[in-house]
Amino acid sequence: MVDDVFTPGIKAGRLEQGAYAAQFSDLHPPLDGHEALVAADRCYFCHDAPCITACPTDIDIPLFIRQIATGTPDAAAKTILGQNIMGGMCARVCPTEQLCEQSCVREVAEGKPVLIGQLQRYATDHLQQQGIHPFTRAEATGKTVAVVGAGPAGLSCAHRLAMLGHDVVVYDARPKPGGLNEFGIAAYKTPNGFAQDEVDWLLKIGGIRIETGKALGDGLTLAALKAEFDAVFLGIGLGGVNALGADGEGKDGVTDAVDFISELRQSIDLTTLPIGRDVVVIGGGMTAIDAAVQAKLLGALNVTLVYRRGRDRMNASPFEQDLAASKGVRIVTHAVPVAVHGNGAVREIEFEYVDGAMKGTGEMLRLPADQVFKAIGQTLQGDGLPELDGRKIAVTGAGRTSVKGVWAGGDCASGGDDLTVTAVAEGRDAAMDIHSALMG
Amino acid sequence: MANLQSEFVGIKSPNPFWLASAPPTDKEYNVRRAFDAGWGGVVWKTLGMEGPPVVNVNGPRYGAIWGADRRLLGLNNIELITDRPLEVNLREMKAVKRDYPDRALIASIMVPCEEEAWKAILPHVEETGADGIELNFGCPHGMAERGMGSAVGQVPEYIEMVTRWCKMYTRMPVIVKLTPNITNVLYPAEAAKRGGADAVSLINTINSITSVDLDNFAPEPMIDGKGTHGGYCGPAVKPIALNMVAEIARNPATADLPISGIGGVTTWRDAAEFLALGAGNVQVCTAVMTYGFKIVQEMISGLSEYMDSKDMTSVDQLVRKAVPNVTDWNQLNLNYVAKARIDQDACISCGRCFAACEDTSHQAIAMSEDRTFTVIDEECVACNLCVNVCPVEDCISMVPMEPGTTDPRTGKVVDPAYANWTTHPNNPSATAAE
Repeated sequence: MVDDVFTPGIKAGRLEQGAYAAQFSDLHPPLDGHEALVAADRCYFCHDAPCITACPTDIDIPLFIRQIATGTPDAAAKTILGQNIMGGMCARVCPTEQLCEQSCVREVAEGKPVLIGQLQRYATDHLQQQGIHPFTRAEATGKTVAVVGAGPAGLSCAHRLAMLGHDVVVYDARPKPGGLNEFGIAAYKTPNGFAQDEVDWLLKIGGIRIETGKALGDGLTLAALKAEFDAVFLGIGLGGVNALGADGEGKDGVTDAVDFISELRQSIDLTTLPIGRDVVVIGGGMTAIDAAVQAKLLGALNVTLVYRRGRDRMNASPFEQDLAASKGVRIVTHAVPVAVHGNGAVREIEFEYVDGAMKGTGEMLRLPADQVFKAIGQTLQGDGLPELDGRKIAVTGAGRTSVKGVWAGGDCASGGDDLTVTAVAEGRDAAMDIHSALMG
Repeated sequence: MANLQSEFVGIKSPNPFWLASAPPTDKEYNVRRAFDAGWGGVVWKTLGMEGPPVVNVNGPRYGAIWGADRRLLGLNNIELITDRPLEVNLREMKAVKRDYPDRALIASIMVPCEEEAWKAILPHVEETGADGIELNFGCPHGMAERGMGSAVGQVPEYIEMVTRWCKMYTRMPVIVKLTPNITNVLYPAEAAKRGGADAVSLINTINSITSVDLDNFAPEPMIDGKGTHGGYCGPAVKPIALNMVAEIARNPATADLPISGIGGVTTWRDAAEFLALGAGNVQVCTAVMTYGFKIVQEMISGLSEYMDSKDMTSVDQLVRKAVPNVTDWNQLNLNYVAKARIDQDACISCGRCFAACEDTSHQAIAMSEDRTFTVIDEECVACNLCVNVCPVEDCISMVPMEPGTTDPRTGKVVDPAYANWTTHPNNPSATAAE
């Protein structure tokens, strides 16, 4: 008998062979040329536009939209990429409804913002699909910089440094560069290998060498890097995953959501990727949503996302929550896991409802589960790091750490939201600061 | 619903919406469908003299400019008069008029500037039962090179001469169609009147190049690598047409000359504006070439509803309603003082008013840290630019100052009395108001 959505346990191939491609296709199909012109025409070209202020990378949005409207999308792309070298990825994954599009005067007036994210994608795709890299390197400075972590922060920093004439080596623990863009984002947000294409395009600047399979504590030490290079940038992200703290957490079928997302992204044949029939995701951030939605798309019969507070406190945006709900994910709030039941493998997971002060109410909820994904936050990992501020590397100014000659940015550094676009901004700004420091 | 029945120089039609002489009225098939759709009248596409008809280019005849979403704003054409034999057109006109006796059928005519040519064609046209003729003195391309169309319309003496011939050789009402490609439309209008014209119609198309192909370096529309100027029409030309209509309507020598208003009429509202400025009816072309004949239904319902709202029971009551308020600049009241006011509840904080005023006008709008935009009365001259660039309708308005209050810009008390430039102390030729 062929497995389908009703088959108990963790099984692959729950859907018809041909169904996967449609399930995991582009969440927002790209605008065509005419759609882009119409969308661009809605921009009012505001004075000192609020959308620019809302963009962590300060892209001149009215300018690039006007460039699209006047038939010069490549010029628009240069406006975008000059501020945000990963403007293509950000166009796909930015929570625009909480950033530029939230502040768009047409959102305020009509509830219908200019489609800034999709227009940005239109422009960047137009340029990148021609294989054009619009930036060139300045004269070589003879300085060298080590970048640890080939995610958005590290690559953004590396590109800017290379452009300024420095030689950069980027180290990453994973077998491929890209960081969360490659391993940590839902497949339907960046299909068709876009993350790697973008990295390849970014590296066309020259002067950047990527070394994979190396991490701090795994072949690298901060001291050695400091000795070998003129400066070091740490964009190492958050490698650890928080534990549930519930009884029976170690049972089979209970795994980290980030690993599921990564496995799915790296899978070359989704029909072979197993998924539970009754899936429970614990957490309230983007990772939880990405895991829950993709579990559903893979053919899980029931997917329940359980969060300990109300929906208004979720890190995932209302848009993401609605997306999950629209795909059939059930969202349960105000409940914390207390025990995982099952004989070897998980069969059920038990929650207790909690009040606003996180105090148990004594009311219990048991959900059948053959697969549980933990998505309750990631933690910084690594030894010999600069001083921390809470659970992240303490930085001042443009990513300066407590150690002279060492900068940090992205999710591993204190301050800022844990967003791709924030990481790109921090990497870029650290690069400018490193440049100033090196060129004195 | 208001009665839209129209009578223009004695020609009756169920509504004041006629189709202008143009491709939509080139043949029986079209005109029957136009009448079935509800058009009140049709000016048949311009007839030429007997013999081999003109030929058109076999490449693009039209060029255009567009707004957002490819909304057509302006169209130009290099098409000539009808390229079908005269006898075919005459036969079809007769058949149509027979079947649609309640609709107006006008024949547009363009033959060489010779008395014999006009004398020859008029009886044939009369024979069709047409209600009137329109003299095409407006076409600015192709035919003008052959001494017809706007080549005639640009010489008042020719207009007068040909009009007189036509009045001499036909009993049909004569409408003279004017070209806007002149310095002052009153000269041709007065010439038409002197020649005995029953009415003028205007505007014909405006000489234009719609765009340049920046790869082939040639104007559009492009025929085998070359282009030529064509006649421009559509919504973009309406303001030019409205002014010319108003100039004729308020000119004492032509004030009683009926006008058929043409130029960018696209909606009922456009039509109502032409009527208010003195047109007795309107002619439409580009709008039907863009959307088809059906738009007349909106024009009929819209004009009726508007007239009902104004308690008007006939189109005549709207005609010329705005003419008394069209004046010369030197008659405008210089003691009238207004100030811009921004409705903060309606404002969406886009800052366009600020950019426009700060960069290009009077630095009369202030912007706060929280993007609140307010008018600085000490600087505001009420120029209206902020209103024009504001994307929100009715967000910014021009509020007149009460007489007796002090204008903070000039420090002068607003005078309730009317005073214009002719008596202003700065005017070297001012005549003292006694």
